[in-house]
Amino acid sequence: MSQAVAVPEDMEQVYAYPRSLTQANSHYCPGCVHGIVHRLVAEVIDELGIREKTIGVAPVGCAVLVYNYINTDFVEAAHGRAPAMATGIKRVSPDKIVFTYQGDGDLAAIGTAEIIHAANRGERITTVFINNAIYGMTGGQMAPTTLEGMITTSTPGGRDHLLAGYPMRMSEILAQTAGAVYVAREAALDLAGIRRTKRAIKRAFLAQIHGLGFASVEVLATCPTNWGLDPWAAMQWAKENLGAFYPLDTFKITDEVKALPV
Amino acid sequence: MALGMVLIDVDRCKGCGLCTHICPVSILALSKDTLNVRGYHPVMVTDTEACIGCASCAMICPDVVFTVYRRRRETRSAVARTASAQAGVISG
Amino acid sequence: MAKQLLKGNVAFAEAAVRFGLQAYFGYPITPQSEALEHLSGRMLREARVFLQAESEVAAINMVYGAACCGVRVMTSTSGPGFSLMAEGLSYIAGSEIPVVVVNMMRGGPGLGNIQPSQADYFFMTKSAGHGDFHPIVLAPASVQEIIDMMGLAFELAEKYRTLVLIAGDGSLGQMMESAELPPMQPLPALRPNWAVTGADGREPNVITSLYLVAEHLEEVNLRLQAKLADIRQHEVRFVEAQTADAELLLVAYGTSGRICTSVMRQARQKGIKVGLLRPQTLWPFPAQRIGELCEQVRGILVVEMSAGQMLEDVDHAAGGRVPIRFHGRMGGMIPMVDDVLADLQALATSLGLAP
Repeated sequence: MSQAVAVPEDMEQVYAYPRSLTQANSHYCPGCVHGIVHRLVAEVIDELGIREKTIGVAPVGCAVLVYNYINTDFVEAAHGRAPAMATGIKRVSPDKIVFTYQGDGDLAAIGTAEIIHAANRGERITTVFINNAIYGMTGGQMAPTTLEGMITTSTPGGRDHLLAGYPMRMSEILAQTAGAVYVAREAALDLAGIRRTKRAIKRAFLAQIHGLGFASVEVLATCPTNWGLDPWAAMQWAKENLGAFYPLDTFKITDEVKALPV
Repeated sequence: MALGMVLIDVDRCKGCGLCTHICPVSILALSKDTLNVRGYHPVMVTDTEACIGCASCAMICPDVVFTVYRRRRETRSAVARTASAQAGVISG
Repeated sequence: MAKQLLKGNVAFAEAAVRFGLQAYFGYPITPQSEALEHLSGRMLREARVFLQAESEVAAINMVYGAACCGVRVMTSTSGPGFSLMAEGLSYIAGSEIPVVVVNMMRGGPGLGNIQPSQADYFFMTKSAGHGDFHPIVLAPASVQEIIDMMGLAFELAEKYRTLVLIAGDGSLGQMMESAELPPMQPLPALRPNWAVTGADGREPNVITSLYLVAEHLEEVNLRLQAKLADIRQHEVRFVEAQTADAELLLVAYGTSGRICTSVMRQARQKGIKVGLLRPQTLWPFPAQRIGELCEQVRGILVVEMSAGQMLEDVDHAAGGRVPIRFHGRMGGMIPMVDDVLADLQALATSLGLAP
């Protein structure tokens, strides 16, 4: 409960709890960036006034319970299959707004085929892709996006490309597909980045609202627990290291998407 | 008279501390002596008068702990004048 | 509607359209690709959804997504594709969503071949994915029956909110027969209240198969099992022929069941009193009726295009009361009437029933 404090009459509310977020306390670890991005998605849904016609597709991974937090209709996909499920939903419900929320294991490993083909078909869906370079839920194993040299529970000596290949830049790959109209990478690691992330997510939803094609936003994030860093230190580490390998950029934006008022 | 005010939903807080680092006036700290219902040391405001209502804490908080208020534009300048006058008294 | 000459794969696809199919997602695989080809044009002309997916994995998950919206949706495939779908089938069963899948079985294991087979019986009836569930499995034996069963499949899927599989085989998909299609049914105007349609004026609908608390998941499983028990009690279907005076019983389904109809006819001409039980539902299995017939007949011959999979269910139903013989062909080979007849005669002789 909030402290019972009288708000002076000459004060206005500048931040309120988003309507599209449930009151549930999340299961995420302290400082987990999922909480920030969930909130941004909810704020965007509120601002666009689309809560009543939005259908979310939940991933497998730490965000598996996202439907407990974002207050819209939801389905729970099998690991990696969210874009296929979203395709099925959107094709039979073209007037609804359909989004997937996926992590790096879900989107960049087991679901690589589904995301690339959904993008290439130009499915009118929105994808929010959280990249924290590790498998959080299963205990900190290597993700496709794990940096070289990064120690995880399945790369005890650090990721070695001779053994485990190279980190994958998924947004750059998705931007190659003809059906994608908007592909961006942002970082929810500081205030400016969080604001830019929200703007990108809004643009990706708007692209769908206007029926333009596939839109995705990759969000660089942290995993304080499995990285073994406190949440603030994890953000600084991510800015320096993830940011160096995964440039923040808009990899694809069509003129129609560019013209959308965000 | 503070420029802003934050309300903290103490029992939502997981004590991650991100807000304590991001607050530009450094008035947020984890309360070392108390635990909330979830067993975390929740964040608290150390100086309510210094809050500027910037909502940085709300922007970075992963658990939507904060509700933020800011003094309306028309009264903000009056507050600022009062504050600088007080500062003048103290320094003088 | 007048009878017309129809290929099995085209017949079930067209029947599905007429029974109100709103969306089809599939991936080409022999011997059922004609269904996908037929629907590629047909669905679009009806302003309905057709999509060729990038894999069977994607296809079944598209089906899952569309089914969550409360529309009539299906896919069709054959063995290797069905294997890939197992993941999605389990999620569909776990979240209790109505879905229809046609499997035109082909020779296996592995890539096998494209000739007819019935070797996916275990897979379809007992283990179509991880976890405790059974789909309803319908087994048509003719082009007409596969048409009729499409309508039944959608009805059962929606009545019980369950997965319904149609167990065909390559010969059924490829054969042409005279059959009658149903008239076009109107599509429903509304979607069911459990579907995801946007939380407008109601609490959000969440469709999931995730229950992290063990007690909760056990409850879900108990509810699922109660539903399956209900299906077991009410939805057993089979065709029985000449069992009134039968001393021997043939048990076979689908294409093997058709072959056994000829076997029975010829055996009767030779004076062997044989009847036929052809299961139309492989799950639930007509175990009770087979058990009853075991009080009457002296022996059973099971015929399958497999190494003997339904055989285990017949064996279980018979409970050791009568001897059971098996005639099976594998690898895409189809049982020949003469060979089955010879086995039946041998069984009759061994029981002192030879005329």
